Amino acid sequence: MRLPLLALLARGPAHGYELKQDLEQVLGAAYPQPNVGQIYVTLGRLEKTGLIEGEAIEQSSRPNKKVYHLTEAGHEALRAWFEETADEPRVRDEFFMKLALAPQTGLADQISLINRQRRQYLNTMRQLSKLAAAEDRDNRISHLLIEGAMLHLQADLDWLERCQEELEELQ
Amino acid sequence: MSESDAPLLRAEGLVKTHHGEGAPAHAVRGVDLRVRRGEFVAVTGPSGAGKSTLLHLLGGLQRPDEGSIRLDGERADGWSEARWAVERRRRIGIVFQFFNLVSDLSVADNVELPALLAGVPPKKARVARRELLAELGLEGKERSMPGELSGGEQQRVALARALVNHPPLLLADEPAGSLDSRGTREVMRLLSRFHQRGQTILLVTHDARLASAADRVISFFDGRIADDATLDAGPPPRRAGASGVLELRD
Repeated sequence: MRLPLLALLARGPAHGYELKQDLEQVLGAAYPQPNVGQIYVTLGRLEKTGLIEGEAIEQSSRPNKKVYHLTEAGHEALRAWFEETADEPRVRDEFFMKLALAPQTGLADQISLINRQRRQYLNTMRQLSKLAAAEDRDNRISHLLIEGAMLHLQADLDWLERCQEELEELQ
Repeated sequence: MSESDAPLLRAEGLVKTHHGEGAPAHAVRGVDLRVRRGEFVAVTGPSGAGKSTLLHLLGGLQRPDEGSIRLDGERADGWSEARWAVERRRRIGIVFQFFNLVSDLSVADNVELPALLAGVPPKKARVARRELLAELGLEGKERSMPGELSGGEQQRVALARALVNHPPLLLADEPAGSLDSRGTREVMRLLSRFHQRGQTILLVTHDARLASAADRVISFFDGRIADDATLDAGPPPRRAGASGVLELRD
């Protein structure tokens, strides 16, 4: 959450609740809604490390609100973030371990493991399709997020298919 | 069992072996399958698993070496070619990967033809065609020739043609197989919409996204059913599932 908040602040000063709304607006309804408490905690940490600075604004009928802005160090951190490429997604480590180790335990059958895992992926795929159908058509970023998740899942399903082809031959 | 209790489609012990050059290919090796009225079933699996052959057997486009097929409780595997051709207009609609439209007929004629062949009066066929094309977002394309349309549009015409006689069963063989991502979503949306109105659908696809529109997914491997799973209708569990996949971590 740290760097996305810095990125939102690059546009100009804002307070915690505004940042939550901005994040929701950009990412769309499909993205799990950020918890406002988590945002305040993260802002506190960013301030402690000197990446942002807060300024208390008095409000007549409510408690003071704190408006944050990026510091020079914050700008630098953000630039470095955009400079770096992101890590590749990981293979499903845990499922892979189960598949690799099942035969010697005598406790689980590889094909049943694959079938069960496929059911879960298909159910998730279905939920993603429903999310995509419910999401605002004009929110491209949100649709790209859902499509990205679906394509990853599709790749995992293809891989399960390969596992099944290979391992069924042995049985 | 009375007719109305019978599954719309029931296959038992289906076997089909292709004898071409080289070793015989065992495309379908003993398949039992029931599809109830109103169900949307997807058959997925790697290419060469025999899933298209299975669909061809169920639509009478190929004959099984062994096994039986019942449509609405009625034994169908003994039907003649001519009878299958009639039933493919009346009781079974089929869409294919490459649309298979008649290239020198207009969009309107492609859709009306099966209705006219089934003995529907021309006026009624025209009304049915108009309704379906409107429903599928193809108004204004009536006079176009199939070659002038995009792949996605051609597949929608093919869908209209398959449904013009209100067949109880729709078979779809890789209907998005030659479409881009947008075309795939469009086909998915339309199949879901017809399903919600009660259309029974059997879909063959290697695309898990398309398959997930169905409420039952059969995994087909090496000519056999490896798994037959009913997908959940309920909301996603917390954390796992879709929101777990979507959560972007810092």
